Amino acid sequence: MFAEYSSSELLSIFAMQGVAGLILFSVFVLMALGLAIIFGQMGVINMAHGEFMILGAYVTYLTSNLFSTYLPDFFSIYFILAMILAFIVAGALGAFVEWAMIRHLYHRPLDTLLATWGLSLILQQTYRTVFGPREVGVTLPDWLMGSYQLTETIELPINGLFVMCLALGISLAVALLMYRSRWGTQVRAVVQNRPMAGAVGINTAKVDRITFALGCGIAGVAGSAFTMIGSTGPTSGQLYIVDTFLVVVFGGASSLLGTIASAFSISQAQSTMEFFMSGSMSKVLTLLFVVLILMVRPQGLFTLKVRR
Amino acid sequence: MNKTMLSPLHNSRTGMKTWKKCLLTLAASLVFGTAHAADVNTTGLAVTDKTVKVGILHSVTGTMSISETGSVQAEKMAIEQINAMGGVLGRKIEYIQEDGASDWPTFAEKSKKLLVNDKVAAVFGCWTSASRKAVLPIFEQYNGMLYYPTFYEGLEQSPNVIYTGQEATQQIIAGIDWVTKTKGAKSFYLLGSDYIWPRTSNKIARKHIEKLGLSVVGEEYYPLGHTQFNSVINKIKLKKPDVIYAIVVGGSNVAFYKQLKAAGIDMTKEKPLVLTISVTEDEILGIGGENMQGAYAAMKYFQSLPNENNKKFVADFKAMYGKDIVIGDVTQAAYLGPWLWKAAVEKAGSFDIDKVRAASPGLELTTAPEGYVKVHPNHHLWSKTRVGHARPDGQYDVVFETKELIEPDPFPKGYQ
Repeated sequence: MFAEYSSSELLSIFAMQGVAGLILFSVFVLMALGLAIIFGQMGVINMAHGEFMILGAYVTYLTSNLFSTYLPDFFSIYFILAMILAFIVAGALGAFVEWAMIRHLYHRPLDTLLATWGLSLILQQTYRTVFGPREVGVTLPDWLMGSYQLTETIELPINGLFVMCLALGISLAVALLMYRSRWGTQVRAVVQNRPMAGAVGINTAKVDRITFALGCGIAGVAGSAFTMIGSTGPTSGQLYIVDTFLVVVFGGASSLLGTIASAFSISQAQSTMEFFMSGSMSKVLTLLFVVLILMVRPQGLFTLKVRR
Repeated sequence: MNKTMLSPLHNSRTGMKTWKKCLLTLAASLVFGTAHAADVNTTGLAVTDKTVKVGILHSVTGTMSISETGSVQAEKMAIEQINAMGGVLGRKIEYIQEDGASDWPTFAEKSKKLLVNDKVAAVFGCWTSASRKAVLPIFEQYNGMLYYPTFYEGLEQSPNVIYTGQEATQQIIAGIDWVTKTKGAKSFYLLGSDYIWPRTSNKIARKHIEKLGLSVVGEEYYPLGHTQFNSVINKIKLKKPDVIYAIVVGGSNVAFYKQLKAAGIDMTKEKPLVLTISVTEDEILGIGGENMQGAYAAMKYFQSLPNENNKKFVADFKAMYGKDIVIGDVTQAAYLGPWLWKAAVEKAGSFDIDKVRAASPGLELTTAPEGYVKVHPNHHLWSKTRVGHARPDGQYDVVFETKELIEPDPFPKGYQ
C-alpha cells in the first residue's frame, strides 16, 4: 500500500493523519469535558448534553444572522462573541434545569437518566418548532475558512486548528478552576463528602447549580465550535451523545484527566484505523477495543481514590 | 328515502303516478348509489362517497428529515391541487401523515398501521432504500400501493410500488458517461454512507467505470450520521483522483462538504471534480451554497429547469411554502406520486389496488415539472437525466440533458 509513495509523501501522510487525529481529539475533548464535569463530579447522567451543544450552535446561527443584517462590518468577529453568548445561554438554561428538575433527583441516578432523556426530547421539539425541522446553515467568517499551507504537501485546516486551540484553552481553564480556585475546592469537597461539606458551611445547592451550569456552558461552546465542521439541526445533538458518553465512561467518570486520556486514545485509534480501512470497520474495532478494556477495568482508565 | 313524501300523495289521483315516480326514483338511487361505492372499492379501502383516505409516510424527525421534509410538502401540495380540481372520482383526498423518524423499523410499523388500521387507498412515502426495503414485505403482504419518490439503486421491481424517482442506470450511468466524455475524467474515488443505496450504486458505478477502461482508486463508506471526514479527505488528497464520486447521505453531507472546503479542496477548480448523486437543493440549504459551489450533481430534475410546467410548479410551491423554499429532485418526484395515482384510478374507474396496478403502465403525465414522464410496465418512469453545476446561491445550472428519455432498467445485464 505504501509502495507507490516517496518517503516525503509518506511523511506528509502521517503528518496530516496525525493532525486529523488531533482535530478529532479536540472535538472529543470539547464534547466530553462538559459531560465529565456533570457526570463525573456530580453523578448526574445528562442525556440532554447533545441538545445543550446544539443550543450553542443555534445561538451561533442567530448571532451570525444578527451580525450579517445589522452589523456587517463586524462580521469577522461575530464568532468569538457567539461562543461567549453560547456559553452564557447554555449555562443559564443549565442552571434553570438544575433548579427545576435535577436537584430533586440527586439520589436517584437512573431517574436522572430518564428525566434528562425526556428533557432532550422536549428540547429537540422546541428547536424543531422554533427553527424548523430542516438544518440551518451557519456562515463562517473568512478568517476561519480554508487551510494553512505548512509545507508543499502538508495542509492544516484552519477551523481544525481553531478547535484544537479552543479545546486546549477550555481544558486549561477547567483545570485551573477545579484545582486552583476556591470554587473548585468547594466542588471537590461536595463530591467527596456532601454532608461534611455542608457542615463546614459550603452551600451545596449553589455549588451543584453552578457546576451543572458550567458543564452545560462548556457544551454550548462546543456546539458553537461544531457549526464549523458539522450540521446544525434539531436532532444533530444525537450524533454526538454516544461518542461523548463513551469517552467519559472510558476515562473513568470522576477524573478529568481520565477524560482527556480517553479522548486521546479513542480519537487516535479511530483516525489511525480509518486510514487503513473503511470508516465503519474502524468504528467497530474502536468500540470493540473500548468494550474489552472496560470488561477488564470497569471503572475506566483513571479513577480517583475517594474516601467514602 | 323520504317516506313522508308518499303519504300526502297517496290519496289524490295524480298522487298515484307521482308516488310510483317517487318509488322508482328511490329504487334507482338506492341501486345507483350502492353500486357506485361498490364499483370503485371492492376491497374495503377507506373510501366513502365523498372522501378517500391516503397515507403520507416520511421522516420529519431524525437525520433524514433534512431530505424528506420536501417530499411531504410536495405531496400535500399535489393533494390540495387535486382536491381543488374536484378530487379523484369525485372524492376529496384526505391524508393521514405518519412519521418514520429516520428509523426503518418505525417505517415498517407505521406502514402496517396505515394499510391495516386506516385502510388507505395509496401511500406516498419513504426516501432511503433502507426504509423502502423495510416496508416492502408489508406492502406485498397487505396488497398496498406505495409511491416511492427517491432516485435509488434499482434491482427491485415490486407489484406494490411505483417508483417515481430514477433508478441507478438512468442516474448513474448517464452522469459517469458525461464526466468521462466532457471532462476527460480517468480516475474515480468512490465515497458513500454505509447502507444499501450507496453500496449498490457504487457497485454499478465501479462496473461501468471499469467497462469504460478507467480506474477506481478508492472506495470508502462511513456510517449514516458520521461527522468526521478528515481521514478520508486526507486519503483523497493523496490518491489524487480526477473525480470524487460522492454518495454521502443526509446530515453527513453538511459535515463532509464543510470539511472538504476547510481542507483546501476548491471544487470550482475541478481538481478533483466532485460528482454527486445525493445532494439536491434541499441538502444545499443545510450545507450552505458557498460550501457546495462548483460541485456537479446528476439528477432528473433541478429547480432551475426552464420549461413552462416547472415555472408554474415553482411559483405554486413558493406561494404555498414561502419564497425562500427550495425544490429538489425527490421533492418533484414526490409531487408526481398523487397525480400518477389519480390518473391510474380514473383510468381504472376504481380504487382497488389490483385495478390501479393494471391501469398504471403506459400512463403519461405531460404536466410534470421535469417535462414529460411515462410509466413503464416495470413500474418505473421513462425520464431524462440532467447534470447540474452548483451555484453559490444554492441552485444548480443545468449543464447537460440527455436528448432522449432513458428507459428504466432496474435489472441491467452485466451490472449485478
